[in-house]
Amino acid sequence: MVHELRKVGTSDPPISFTHVSRSFGGDLRPVRAVDDVSLDVASGEFLAIVGASGSGKTTLLRLVNRLIEADSGTVTVEGEDVRQVDPIRLRRRIGYVFQNGGLFPHMSVAANIGITPRLEGAAEREITAQVNELMALVRLDPVEHGGRLPQELSGGQRQRVGVARALAARPRIVLMDEPFGALDPLTRDALGDDYRALHRKLGLTTVMITHDMTEAILLADRIAVMRDGRLVALGTPGEVSATSDAYVSELLGTPRRQAERLSALFAATGIA
Amino acid sequence: MSAFSDPRWSEALSHLPDYLGSHGRVSLAALALGLLISLPLSILTRHHPWLRGGLLGLASIVQTVPGLALLALFYPLLLVLASLSLRWFGFSFSAFGFLPAMLALALYSMLPVLRNTLTGLANVDGDLLQAAQAVGMTPRQSLFSVELPLAMPVIMAGIRTAAVWVIGTATLSTPIGQTSLGNYIFAGLQTQNWVFVLFGCGAAAALTIIVDQLLALIETGLRRRSRLRITLGGVGVALLVAATLWPTLAMRQATSYSVGAKTFAEQYVLSALITDRLREHGLSAKAREGLGSNLIFSALASGDIDLYVDYSGTLWANQFHHTNIPPRDKMLEQLKVELAQQHITLAGELGFENAYALVMPRRRAEALGIHSIADLAAHSNTMSIAGDYEFFSRPEWAAIRSSYGLQFRAERQMQPDFMYAAAASGEVDVIAGYTSDGLIAKYDLVALDDPRQAIPPYDAVLLLSPKRENDAALRDAIAPLLGKIDIAVMREANLRAAGSASPTDVARWLSERISGQAPKK
Repeated sequence: MVHELRKVGTSDPPISFTHVSRSFGGDLRPVRAVDDVSLDVASGEFLAIVGASGSGKTTLLRLVNRLIEADSGTVTVEGEDVRQVDPIRLRRRIGYVFQNGGLFPHMSVAANIGITPRLEGAAEREITAQVNELMALVRLDPVEHGGRLPQELSGGQRQRVGVARALAARPRIVLMDEPFGALDPLTRDALGDDYRALHRKLGLTTVMITHDMTEAILLADRIAVMRDGRLVALGTPGEVSATSDAYVSELLGTPRRQAERLSALFAATGIA
Repeated sequence: MSAFSDPRWSEALSHLPDYLGSHGRVSLAALALGLLISLPLSILTRHHPWLRGGLLGLASIVQTVPGLALLALFYPLLLVLASLSLRWFGFSFSAFGFLPAMLALALYSMLPVLRNTLTGLANVDGDLLQAAQAVGMTPRQSLFSVELPLAMPVIMAGIRTAAVWVIGTATLSTPIGQTSLGNYIFAGLQTQNWVFVLFGCGAAAALTIIVDQLLALIETGLRRRSRLRITLGGVGVALLVAATLWPTLAMRQATSYSVGAKTFAEQYVLSALITDRLREHGLSAKAREGLGSNLIFSALASGDIDLYVDYSGTLWANQFHHTNIPPRDKMLEQLKVELAQQHITLAGELGFENAYALVMPRRRAEALGIHSIADLAAHSNTMSIAGDYEFFSRPEWAAIRSSYGLQFRAERQMQPDFMYAAAASGEVDVIAGYTSDGLIAKYDLVALDDPRQAIPPYDAVLLLSPKRENDAALRDAIAPLLGKIDIAVMREANLRAAGSASPTDVARWLSERISGQAPKK
């Protein structure tokens, strides 16, 4: 098995934000996308970041692998300040899954998955073996799908390729930006469950942005709620649901209210 | 089909390997150089809006310069560079033919490539750029394995446009001494050989279409990620390149004499005559036709061509900038001396004179009682005059005007061979024609006398380049031509060339007349 459980060398948290801020929009009318956020992600944890569009979720995520740099505060990955490490090396050891897969349309599925090992200079035979293993892991057939171009796959299959690609460099940390947002509900459920199983099996630390409260509650160990760049709540689904903050309870209460309305509807119309 | 039984078709066809090959080579080299410059430039400037804008602006300005002018400008530019390089680095290069044509065309090819490369790179999906970063690519890796491949269809479309422009514009490189399919067109226009013009246009169009379609195949192949199309297009282009380069490799000759010709029929005939004569003497010779009249002298001086026929008055006024007009013999004497200072040999006169003359319909001249240019002065303000493209900027025109006080209502520039018909039909009143032109007699025109001798004598003289100064074989070969071509013979030759006979045919006829054989009709 390729992905054995690896012990983190230090007791440092895999990801840590300390008073991190980041603004956009120039000096005249700066918008604080991330505003004084402090947050530790524990080893092996599955953290979901929720919040409305424009609340700073994606910026927060991208600060981790330096796709975006912080204006102030400190982001550390496995104990190292990200400003002190080579961003290229940093990114290669952190998996990143994009909303629409972010797959390169001119490369085959296999080439997409093998890209980071190839950048690292791994031998082609080794890469092929690894790609096959990763495809099996995300339940794709290497023979059937490996040679295809991304646009020849379904949305769910593309997202599986995106996950496989993120795992190819054997990262301990995976960042996911609304990975299942564009999928139909059935595929989304199946993929979510599959990924959660992988997360546990490979001992990953995962930070996932999602719009879907149900998904966050069902998959995550802890939920971070963002609003206007600020972290307004952080805790287990139970803890966060119990908060007194009106916005947070409104947000977290949505799945339950929907479930209640659905059962009421079903009872009234006799749908089982 | 009777139209195709015309022998000029087969003559045109016999030039095809040379013209097409040269055309292809210069286009290919220009395109390659253009790409070599434009691609890196657009990649380097893509993140710098100011530089990018400046570059595109410059390329657009270049594009607005007419192709003919751009090509013509490169000749004097290179001439200066060549002399500087000789002075500073001890080596010189030819500013004539291939080099200026290639550089000008390369410059011409840059705009579409720059624009499409920049657009193609700018239009790469931002999410994919993020993805390239996120998987750990360096900027360089992102450029080469993501951005350029994704921009490639757009870049290819730019290369395609550039190729079409370059191949089309390359027909204009004939006047700066680069053989091309334009040789057909320039020669055809000058000698009213429409077969040549059609043939040249057709060949250039065919080449353009074939290249365009092959590149289009590659472009759609890239767009649709179809290996088959890319391969087919690539093989086609490779075959075309090989076919273009083949003649160069196959027919490399050691020493070949190049015989220059300016852009009018008489020059085509004379260069064909001299070329034939050299070949009869076992020397390999090639005509370099359609050279601009200002360029041809410096091409001779720098040894790019070996010999050509010029006219004493032209040299006197244009090359040596004399304003006085001495008698014929004194002018030739002094020209010999001044040419010798540049190591150019005036080998001798051919025997006829091709002077500028003011020409008008005989009947009109008689009706108005005009016999000389002096008589014309009284009427000039109601008349229009037409001349060739250079006449009105030549010193002779200034001299004629001031000596006789001429003030024409309008001055028009015209293709020389159309002038005579224009005068005959009354389209213009007076033309600045050439005394050796057979069309004067054909259209019943009359050349007006020049009693104040404002127009210098224009004896046709044979000039040899400095490197042929002591070439006895060459001198032996051309000696029989000197003094043998009188004005009557040359007029008839020119009339034939203006008709359906090709310059080569006329040269053969002329050769037989000179050697005293009964010429075939």
